[in-house]
Amino acid sequence: MTDQTMVGEGEFYSVGGPLADDKAPDGEIQTRWERRKFASKLVNPANRRKHKVIVVGTGLAGGAAGASLAEQGYHVVQFCFQDSPRRAHSIAAQGGINAAKNYRNDGDSIYRLFYDTVKGGDFRGRESNIYRLAENSVKIIDQCVAQGVPFAREYSGLLDTRSFGGVQVQRTFYARGQTGQQLLIGAYQALSKQIDAGNVEMHARHEMLDLIIVDGRARGIVARNLVTGELSTHLGDAVVLATGGYGNVFYLSTNAKGSNTSAIWRAHRRGAYFGNPCYTQIHPTCIPRSGDHQSKLTLMSESLRNDGRIWVPKKHGDNRPAAQIPEDERDYYLERIYPAFGNLVPRDIASRAAKNVCDEGRGVGPGGQGVYLDFADAIKRMGEPAVREKYGNLFDMYARITSENPYKQPMRIYPAVHYTMGGLWVDYDLQTTIPGLFAAGEANFSDHGANRLGASALMQGLSDGYFILPTVLNNYIGSQKFAPVAADAPEVTEVETLVKERIDKLLSINGDRTVDSFHRELGQIMWDYCGMARNDAGLRKAISEIRQLREEFWKRVRVPGTGAELNQSLEKANRVADFIELGELMCIDALMREESCGGHFREESQTADGEAERQDDKFSFVAAWEYAGEGRFGGTQEPVLHKEDLIFDYVHPAQRTYA
Amino acid sequence: MKLKLKIWRQKNAVDAGGMVSYDLEGVSTDMSFLEMLDTLNEKLIMEGEDPVAFDHDCREGICGSCGVVINGDAHGPEQTTTCQLHMRSFKDGEEIIIEPWRAAPFPVIKDLVVDRGAFDRIIGAGGYITAPTGSSPEGNSTRIPKPDADAAFANATCIGCGACVAACPNGSASLFVSAKVTHLNLLPQGQPERTTRVLDMVEQMDAEGFGGCTNTGMCTVSCPKEIPFTSIANLNKEYRRAVQQSNKA
Ligand SMILES: Cc1cc2nc3c(=O)[nH]c(=O)nc-3n(C[C@H](O)[C@H](O)[C@H](O)COP(=O)(O)OP(=O)(O)OC[C@H]3O[C@@H](n4cnc5c(N)ncnc54)[C@H](O)[C@@H]3O)c2cc1C
Ligand code: SF4
Ligand code: FES
Repeated sequence: MTDQTMVGEGEFYSVGGPLADDKAPDGEIQTRWERRKFASKLVNPANRRKHKVIVVGTGLAGGAAGASLAEQGYHVVQFCFQDSPRRAHSIAAQGGINAAKNYRNDGDSIYRLFYDTVKGGDFRGRESNIYRLAENSVKIIDQCVAQGVPFAREYSGLLDTRSFGGVQVQRTFYARGQTGQQLLIGAYQALSKQIDAGNVEMHARHEMLDLIIVDGRARGIVARNLVTGELSTHLGDAVVLATGGYGNVFYLSTNAKGSNTSAIWRAHRRGAYFGNPCYTQIHPTCIPRSGDHQSKLTLMSESLRNDGRIWVPKKHGDNRPAAQIPEDERDYYLERIYPAFGNLVPRDIASRAAKNVCDEGRGVGPGGQGVYLDFADAIKRMGEPAVREKYGNLFDMYARITSENPYKQPMRIYPAVHYTMGGLWVDYDLQTTIPGLFAAGEANFSDHGANRLGASALMQGLSDGYFILPTVLNNYIGSQKFAPVAADAPEVTEVETLVKERIDKLLSINGDRTVDSFHRELGQIMWDYCGMARNDAGLRKAISEIRQLREEFWKRVRVPGTGAELNQSLEKANRVADFIELGELMCIDALMREESCGGHFREESQTADGEAERQDDKFSFVAAWEYAGEGRFGGTQEPVLHKEDLIFDYVHPAQRTYA
Repeated sequence: MKLKLKIWRQKNAVDAGGMVSYDLEGVSTDMSFLEMLDTLNEKLIMEGEDPVAFDHDCREGICGSCGVVINGDAHGPEQTTTCQLHMRSFKDGEEIIIEPWRAAPFPVIKDLVVDRGAFDRIIGAGGYITAPTGSSPEGNSTRIPKPDADAAFANATCIGCGACVAACPNGSASLFVSAKVTHLNLLPQGQPERTTRVLDMVEQMDAEGFGGCTNTGMCTVSCPKEIPFTSIANLNKEYRRAVQQSNKA
């Protein structure tokens, strides 16, 4: 990478030294993980019990990791904020999980899944990690079947698969529209067995509020018991954060209401670099919002694009009911613009296309913020019972929310924030820049580059949890000595005090605005300026508005009640304070990255026909942001950008085409 | 629309608690039930009162966090989760009575929030198939007839919300337990632990203090996932079989 000055440098951030991932072996990609595993240190089974591993999160990544580490013999101490580990946000995943099984004999292979993921991520992911993900995909299905996950089957009794966006093979395994639920219940049951056996000490209804670092290594966390309000410190030899994504920075998203950034943001403030914070996935098929009361958005699985056809009227402002618009006055715009992939183009492309037709004034439904997803042809072709069998629960959910019958009239859909490709920067061993602190699942900056393909998050979470963490933790724990940390060590008590002071401060402001009102305002700023399309002026405006909002928040927020009880307003206030700081960093990252790639669309960087245009000579790197301390705005000081150059030995960057 | 709400307020596990009335205006029929409660809470906070605590997370009917008794029905008048219930199911001016799940094994923590840890302990006692990571054979090596796979799936969709317990006059957890036993015992992978699974889960269910099943059927009509009543018959069959097996051994 050449040294060029970057936009916003000196004004919003500074540029530090380059960063390299020194853990991935080089050489032949097919054997990198095998070689890394062989080079890893092992821990004698009898000694594992003496090592405590803290796992925060019980979603696919955390649940799988906790169960697998406990099976190996480690003493696991695990946390989730819900009342049960079974309720993690992974439960809501609908469509499916990819695996390169090639059961269809349709040309799939590990290499093709690897290739599709590198390309789908618009050449902003790391080849070594992605290859390993594709390799592990195969074992994940085996593991889940063995646990009793009831995947969809054909009449032959064999596993069924379907296709998802961005690929031309049928490699997505599914359990009707509840794949995430079934996979998570599998991991939860394995974890429950370990809890019952005393190998996992489970703390449900606990929220991690800070990280403890001793001698430069992560050694524990401070958590708040959400029922009693009690703060407790948990010490161990390594800490895994599997706390999910931060899409709720937009307030309205498809994420569960409790999904938050606090665990990874506090770790970031303690020194873990944050990778590509601006990479956000806006999912094309969600139910449009119905009013100001809206508290979250509901996804309609991408699998619907297998059989549903997306269209808008050709005429501007055509507000006839769908059924009265004749065939030749409909624009099936995805099929028109992208004939090879049609309705199955990757998510970023489908979302932007929907935004474009709505911006042109051809959107449907209230406010013109919607496009049709039509099943009339599918029902004609397959019959209603077959459509019901495949998508019944999604259709029911749609009907319940909108009180419209999607078997009789097309669904209305619109893009919504869905997933965050950014997250804590990790090396090939999933270790953050803080030794002993690992990040897995959606919480890390992950394997999806600038755009995640459908059905690949479940795959990544389980690959991290079942197969990667157990190996890399052995290596980490096997290569060091761990002196016990005293409960009253200054590194511990200092963090405890800070957590307590922050809670006291939040409770003492007693201002005139609710936490939710701040969250909604932050979400609006993010959606307007750091959403589906971004530009220089808008991002600068967003940064200044967010800074103002932060000041307001700490002056005017009202958090009723006390810290010594179940206090949901306090929980939210803790999370929103972190979202505000993260939102600013996302905008800075988006401002710096003056190219378009995947889900990050900079209006200044597009091709003649409006497609995202990468600038590989300048931006073929991972942006890893270092926290630089409290700043003059009462929040963060100008952060420091470290670049990790991306090297492509196998899949050579080219303009993505799906036409 | 305008509503008269009567809500169970209880500060903590030891507080006696009681019903409190609230008037709420400006409710839209498109709101979900929880968005209606959000609106009430925003108002209460600005009036200097403590907002009503309730569990929720996904708001899509899948995580099983939410659940309150509405006018005497677990999850309210429709067969769905509380979060998927919309205000169009109520009339303008209607009085709505909102209470937490009532069952001895689900003690109230605060307001509408209860402790459902008993369900986790029942699963931990036997609601799994032992398959340590790394030990699994190739996924397609065992075929599973589609009808079995479909029936296992139908039972596996239980979200662990606890409505079945709240709806049952005996506070029985039979529907929840039967769903898991049916799911796992139907599958070839579940056979080796078929006997111990049902014995251990039923033993834990009894130890938690859940009542016995007297076939009232209230559970299935409240179950948002429509877990069939026949699953309970299957649980009884599996249990009898397991007792015989273990007597033989
Ligand atoms: C509606 C929807 C549908 C989706 N469908 C698909 C799909 O079909 N296929 C696919 O591949 N992907 C899908 N995804 C994406 C995928 O579900 C997620 O990326 C993935 O499940 C994340 O898993 P995770 O284990 O990383 O985190 P999560 O499942 O989000 O779990 C996070 C865990 O961390 C805990 N936690 C968080 N913060 C704290 C804290 N501060 N203290 C203590 N505990 C904490 C939580 O309690 C929870 O246990 C979907 C996502 C959504 C929103
Ligand atoms: S059986 Fe039905 S009502 Fe009972 S916990 Fe499961 S989903 Fe809820
Ligand atoms: S909030 Fe998840 S089921 Fe209702």
